[in-house]
Amino acid sequence: MSITKKDVIKVADLARLALTENETELYTTQLTRILGYVEKLSELDTTGVEPTTYTVPLKTALREDRVRESLPREEALKNAPEAERGCFKVPQIIE
Amino acid sequence: MDLTSLTIHELREMLRKKEVSSVEAAKAYLKRIEAVEPKVRAFVTVAPEEALKEAAAADARLSKSDNVTPLTGVPVAVKDIFCTKGLRTTCSSKILEKFVPPYDSTVVRKLREAGAVILGKNNMDEFAMGSSTENSAFGKTLNPWALDRVPGGSSGGSAAAVAASLCAASLGTDTGGSIRQPASCCGIVGMKPTYGRVSRFGMIAFASSLDQAGPLTKDVEDAAILLGAISGRDDLDSTSIDAPVPDYTARLKTGVKGLKVGIPREYFIEGMDPDVDAAVKKALDTLKALGAELVEITLPHTQYAVAVYYLVATAEASSNLARYDGVRFGLRVNKTGGLLDMYKKTRDEGFGPEVKRRIMLGTYSLSAGYYDAYYKKASQVRTLVKNDFEAAFTKCDVIATPTAPTPAFKIGEKVEDPLTMYLSDIFTISCNLAGLPGISVPCGFTTGGLPIGLQILGKSLDEDTVLRSAYAYEQATEWHKRRPAL
Repeated sequence: MSITKKDVIKVADLARLALTENETELYTTQLTRILGYVEKLSELDTTGVEPTTYTVPLKTALREDRVRESLPREEALKNAPEAERGCFKVPQIIE
Repeated sequence: MDLTSLTIHELREMLRKKEVSSVEAAKAYLKRIEAVEPKVRAFVTVAPEEALKEAAAADARLSKSDNVTPLTGVPVAVKDIFCTKGLRTTCSSKILEKFVPPYDSTVVRKLREAGAVILGKNNMDEFAMGSSTENSAFGKTLNPWALDRVPGGSSGGSAAAVAASLCAASLGTDTGGSIRQPASCCGIVGMKPTYGRVSRFGMIAFASSLDQAGPLTKDVEDAAILLGAISGRDDLDSTSIDAPVPDYTARLKTGVKGLKVGIPREYFIEGMDPDVDAAVKKALDTLKALGAELVEITLPHTQYAVAVYYLVATAEASSNLARYDGVRFGLRVNKTGGLLDMYKKTRDEGFGPEVKRRIMLGTYSLSAGYYDAYYKKASQVRTLVKNDFEAAFTKCDVIATPTAPTPAFKIGEKVEDPLTMYLSDIFTISCNLAGLPGISVPCGFTTGGLPIGLQILGKSLDEDTVLRSAYAYEQATEWHKRRPAL
């Protein structure tokens, strides 16, 4: 399956990446080649095969609903590019 | 005596006998880092002050023989993917260049509890995506055996640091071979435990169903010691396995007599480097001479593993890396003031080309209309790969293969061609897909003097037998004693 430049632009938007024109060209070529390679999986008949998403049996992890210490707010905000009044600050989104 | 040439078990013996202090050992390493690091560039961050403080604290305990734990006073390093409280953790990405974690990852906490002194953070491929450590935002690490070659990756800084004696050992992570392949390229021991054996809490996520932390060491005994220190159930990682952690050193020296070693025919392929082929076959002869029985086995879906991996790992990465949006931590690029624009510019400038390529591939294969053909199909073939191992392990106890088809390649050789780079992981990837433990142990050198690795894979949670086989082989040879001239 080949991937078009239009696909790359759409996927970049979904992935929240502002690709440059050069990057868009490059990824169109490279992703086409990689997808061409993974195409070999279609040689295999996988009808009825259960997919593996984890190799260990997963149980929903439950713990007692008990109040316990968490990261102090100040610590949690320390790496924020911008913070104000104990909150993460983002650019204005409502006019 | 050069303290930096010692293994963990040698150094800790001397520390316990008080023949040397932890501060002396830490200083010896810091001095060697000063001299050799400019040639190898294995670290993103060196933390001399913190290390000397930890070493002094260790000495206080050693002098009173108080609370002396398995690693007390031993200077180690960790890959820059593990969160270290108060010490910058970058994942070799520009997007985390200034990130200082407010907590320790579980493995780092366990290292500290075991008494280790942390010298610094090792370079890596950005977000552990790569096989050469060329994808770091902070410069390439060079192979100590040949400075024009890559150290392998993604834990290339860890492998190079251990090989160059810049730390007694290091911790890395292995998602598709990222501990074993660089260990092979740098002539050291590297082990990926069973998925779930070691907690992933505080280890920056790449592909959550595949990522696993493990030791990179000078010999197999050190790997057993370090693995024991970091293993075990952790309530902060719901995928960590609730099983007792054995003393991995206890049965290390019991030999391989009668052990069945499976040799998968799919791992001895056309295009393999002839020196690698010869060295690995000779290693198999050695195992046989030690009393192991070689059994031919088949892992028929091996040829599909790379394709499965690059769909599954990128799909998981694309969602894991969604958190880097310039809001809570990391880089923010905000030129026009709009939120959406900030997300996109931050991510475009913050991520390197390989990371963006994988996010793109993962987003594509998960997107509407392609999910069944790519992600679901890959997850089904993953089951077939896993079943191959289950069938094989009814006929053998461990499986032996080359770790990589070639020795360390030249810097720049595969950068332009992602697919060729991906194929260098062909022998290590299946083990991650199946969640099994595996080790790479030095098994020779090419005529050009580059290290070669033997890979030994085991059954789920059977690290014991993997380590025992690797140890028996190692002790019958001299390869692990060679060090690069720097």
